[in-house]
Amino acid sequence: MNTGQWLGLVTGVLFGFLLQKGRVLRFDKQIGALLLKDMTIFKFMLSAIMVGMVGILLLSNFGIITLSHKPMNVGAVLIGGALFGAGWAIMGFCPGTSLGALGEGRWHAVFAIIGMVAGAAVYAELYPFLKATVLTWKDFGKIGMPETLGISQWAILPIFWVGIISLFFLFEKKKL
Amino acid sequence: MKWKTEDGGWSPYLAGALLGLLAIASVLATTQLLGKTSYLGASTTFVRAAGILEQTIAADHVVSNAYFTKTKVRVDWQFMLVIGIVLGAFISSTMDKSFRLESVPPTWKERFGPSIGKRAVGAFVGGIIAMIGARLADGCPSGHGLSGMMQLSVSSFVALVMFFGVGVLVARIVYGRRAS
Repeated sequence: MNTGQWLGLVTGVLFGFLLQKGRVLRFDKQIGALLLKDMTIFKFMLSAIMVGMVGILLLSNFGIITLSHKPMNVGAVLIGGALFGAGWAIMGFCPGTSLGALGEGRWHAVFAIIGMVAGAAVYAELYPFLKATVLTWKDFGKIGMPETLGISQWAILPIFWVGIISLFFLFEKKKL
Repeated sequence: MKWKTEDGGWSPYLAGALLGLLAIASVLATTQLLGKTSYLGASTTFVRAAGILEQTIAADHVVSNAYFTKTKVRVDWQFMLVIGIVLGAFISSTMDKSFRLESVPPTWKERFGPSIGKRAVGAFVGGIIAMIGARLADGCPSGHGLSGMMQLSVSSFVALVMFFGVGVLVARIVYGRRAS
């Protein structure tokens, strides 16, 4: 294995370890979140975003790393996002957690994984058609919130922090 | 706020915050060691896995497909990361004895009964729909939800709203009918 593969493996083991320790891999946690009855996944994701965004924005500010926005292609993000949401709610896993669920013994995740590999193969066949249709509608390109809103990232960051912490207080108050 | 859950897990706030640190360490490590900043993600690996499987039966087809060409079918950093997730979850669940062989999850059982076949069809069909969506949107809750949000990407914010918005709606239709 090359350096990239080793680094990926080590990072993945830590990623899987934290996903499992946070108890976010389970089908019941995922569906519990979508039924708005168990906010474990939101707590986990939003905590990661809060901490991660500080480091990543600082590192990019000093030119140590480069940001890599995914394109804001309107048709792709809206339709793709909706399809993902629907499939996620039926399957009860997302791509990353399906693998983790398999690791903690929830072997029915195998059916989800096979489905997702099949879905990727279907997408590869649909790609030429989508490229000529949905993907041509409107593409704003790889844009970030600061330049789009015309506000410094150091003003946006505290807004996210306050918003997320308020949500946490709400979750704890309602015992979700 | 407790640091541990009843079954020996960690507070989701703590585990999530540590994942935030891992995400920072990971972008630094990929930039320094591999020369290119890579962000945590998972769904592109499913395209590569599909390509690798298709290569064994129809190699020419994979070569001529524009999406496989664009994605580059190979076992790369993210592919190994996804495999690492299986290992990490296995190590963690074995350590705190939360590893369980489960064929049908409790919530599913309450709604659709104990049939493994039904669960398999649900997971398979849901998986196809979700992955087509993830590839069209160019990310999943890892790539958009975590990595994109940390970078303040506009597309990730919109994608996340769609993921959860439609997810909440469909979950209500599919699982909402059971008596709670």
